[in-house]
Amino acid sequence: MIEPTGNRRRGEGAVFDVARIRKDFPILDRQIRGGQPLVYLDSANTSQKPRQVLDAMTDFYERHNANIHRASHQLGEEATEAYEGARIKVGEFIGAADEAEIVFTKNISEAINLVAYSMGNASALGGPARFALGPGDEIVITEMEHHSNIVPWQLLCQRTGATLRWFGVTPDGRLDTSGIGDLITPRTKLVSLVHQSNVLGTINPVRRIADAAHAAGALVLVDAAQSVPHMPVDVAELGADFLGFTGHKMCGPTGIGVLWARRELLEEMPPFLGGGEMIETVWMDRSTFAPPPHKFEAGTMPIAQAVGLGAAIDYLTEIGLDAIRAHELRLIEHTLRVLGEVEGLRLLGPADAADRGSAFSFTVEGVHPHDVSQVLDDRGIAVRAGHHCAWPLHRAFGVQASTRASFYLYNTREEADTLGEGIRLAQRFFADA
Amino acid sequence: MQLESMYQDIILDHYRNPHHRGLRQPYDAEVHHVNPLCGDEVTVRVSLKEVGGEPTVADVSYESLGCSISQASASVMTDLVIGKSVADAMAISQEFLELMKSKGAGEPDEDLLEDAVAFTGVSKYPARIKCALLGWMAWKDATARALEEASS
Repeated sequence: MIEPTGNRRRGEGAVFDVARIRKDFPILDRQIRGGQPLVYLDSANTSQKPRQVLDAMTDFYERHNANIHRASHQLGEEATEAYEGARIKVGEFIGAADEAEIVFTKNISEAINLVAYSMGNASALGGPARFALGPGDEIVITEMEHHSNIVPWQLLCQRTGATLRWFGVTPDGRLDTSGIGDLITPRTKLVSLVHQSNVLGTINPVRRIADAAHAAGALVLVDAAQSVPHMPVDVAELGADFLGFTGHKMCGPTGIGVLWARRELLEEMPPFLGGGEMIETVWMDRSTFAPPPHKFEAGTMPIAQAVGLGAAIDYLTEIGLDAIRAHELRLIEHTLRVLGEVEGLRLLGPADAADRGSAFSFTVEGVHPHDVSQVLDDRGIAVRAGHHCAWPLHRAFGVQASTRASFYLYNTREEADTLGEGIRLAQRFFADA
Repeated sequence: MQLESMYQDIILDHYRNPHHRGLRQPYDAEVHHVNPLCGDEVTVRVSLKEVGGEPTVADVSYESLGCSISQASASVMTDLVIGKSVADAMAISQEFLELMKSKGAGEPDEDLLEDAVAFTGVSKYPARIKCALLGWMAWKDATARALEEASS
């Protein structure tokens, strides 16, 4: 069931054929809002799923379904092999040292909360010291974080008396690292930052910040929800101690996320959720715990979803993450031109393609983001309007909300052109109306 | 194009030229509501007076940041409730809430809802119902607080 990785094509030399890729995604054939073709520009919210992933999940349910690690029969063995096989694929995909460093969660929010609650437990239990926080200790995040990388740390600081601090953002949407020496100090226990902003598209210099954090003795958590789907990501190259991402943004199903952590950290960290399968022994008054990753996987896990994520990784690997990134870079350059030509449009985030991903958030003078997205939806263009779970970032830019168009491997230049036309239509509609 | 079914001229008129906008004195209660989905916000002040022994809406003033639907809805709301008894205004508010739950199939009482019938099309779009209700919910909240103040 587990393919040997040596045979996997990494997409080098293969022509990136977006028309062929689109055929893998049944939903892209849908017509919406009165027979118009779907222009799906909301992949930063959730990606669409290729037939290969849907088939893998159907095959699992139709032929191999059973609970894992605890069924003493053939189907149980097959299901366990499929689930653990997915773990191996995930580990290889991000350069983990071994698959025991991969903890499955329901999404990245749970992955981040797992670390936060484990640190909270370490604080309450008096150790291990590197996870325990108290007054005087600091956690450092950034102003461009998704709420899921802000709120868990606020809660942890409330519980422990630690202090939350953050990097600001420059007007052009880059991380303001000018105060790094003041922010990352021996008081810092953890630096948690996003690899690629879900709003701005900015790709952050994670390695440089991780090196500074490590020099100060702090741990580093990377929110890679928006980067792992779109480019090659290697945990060792980034210098991360923890890295989280989610399946549904990378062609996989909802309900499955990943926390990667260095094994020695997972071994030391106290458990988060208690329950079945995460234990070694249980008495009425105490328990001992399974080794990682199972220590952090209480209860029946999303098994079919892990299998779907494994299939998504096979799918992306077959095409090649380098090839996907190259395709997106062409889309980014084109989309920046298209948006740059719309009068009255303000792009939040980098206006050049360097160190930038394919999410574009913008405001349009005189038309509220919700109204822009409504007009786009009327033309079959799916985007997101609001603060995209990054309210502090929107405040930093002095806007209440924005419209976000986000691209993926199945999107085309023509769709970017359609977006530009749709925005102009919204301007005309609200100017004339 | 189905845009016109949502963005009726009445809605766009209220959006461009909102009625009763701005925060005014005197007032009995003030509330601040946000739509956590999109960050839209509204501050509403309510002033009540006794007319014939019945609490009546003397004034509603507001400031808001938001989309055309939420802005227009707040404007229509002030037209509908100012000068009415609190009981009648609450009944109108309830009728509007029902309309917003109707998924586009509502047949609103035009005598009761007046300009607010234009929002029937909005009820077809689940993501926009909260926009239309933001001002109304804030008004209801502020009025309840004003009544509480008066009775305490």
